[in-house]
Amino acid sequence: MKFGVITFPGSCDDLDAQLAVARVGTAVPLWHADHDLQGVDAVIIPGGFSYGDYLRPGAVARFAPIMTEVIEFAHAGGHVMGICNGFQVLCEARLLPGALLTNTSLRFVCRQVSLELVNPDTAFTREAPARLSIPVKHTTGRYYAPEPDLDRLEANRQVVLRYAPGENPNGSARDIAGVINEAGNVFGLMPHPEHAVDALTGSTDGLGLFASLRGCGL
Amino acid sequence: MHARVLIRPKAGILDPQGAVAERALGALGFDGVKGVRIGRLVELDVADPATLPEMCERLLANPLIEDYEIIESPA
Repeated sequence: MKFGVITFPGSCDDLDAQLAVARVGTAVPLWHADHDLQGVDAVIIPGGFSYGDYLRPGAVARFAPIMTEVIEFAHAGGHVMGICNGFQVLCEARLLPGALLTNTSLRFVCRQVSLELVNPDTAFTREAPARLSIPVKHTTGRYYAPEPDLDRLEANRQVVLRYAPGENPNGSARDIAGVINEAGNVFGLMPHPEHAVDALTGSTDGLGLFASLRGCGL
Repeated sequence: MHARVLIRPKAGILDPQGAVAERALGALGFDGVKGVRIGRLVELDVADPATLPEMCERLLANPLIEDYEIIESPA
């Protein structure tokens, strides 16, 4: 199982994402300026501040050369996971519904949060625990979608992860921490599972989200 | 053609930046200030102003969360 991890100028969690997926498969670094996914089976868009987060987080990265191939890959059914800035990129690319807005507190939040796995029946979550302890670290993580869209997301089981009661760090609508597209092959989340893969740093709960993807090649 | 694009948070979307500025104005003694909303101003010179709406839809604004208004003026 080959996991491609994209590096944009300004990415900062690409190396941790490579180390995380290397525990369950092979990590293949991908470069933003290439038009080549190197035959990977799944794509991870990592956290950071792609292109400086200028204009809006993800707004410029969404048009990076490699995104042409990522969008084709996703439309063909390939599995794509966007973490934090990667989630913002996927929303800007309209591969995922909704948008991420500035935290209600206007503050950068960096802490461990408890998450509830709402939908364990996805390609990304079948090996994940029902409750996860994973760090968040962001300023622009308030998930927003219009109310009718939120109703539809919930009805379709597209809300995959929620902040546990009282844990919502950013004011996200309906405590949403992660959503999946209707086809079930594009997943975005604000918390950082790649920072929760080793007991040394307090939690291994993130590992299941990567391990779930084993066998998911196109 | 010179143009200004005003980009605003859509009505109904919480704008914490505006809320902070509103409270700060009150703290300075400016009474009766309400509805502070903070957006963005983009100034640009364009060869073909007809392309401005597409620029806004694809990049300058996110139409899900922002409204935009294009104001053209002679260069």
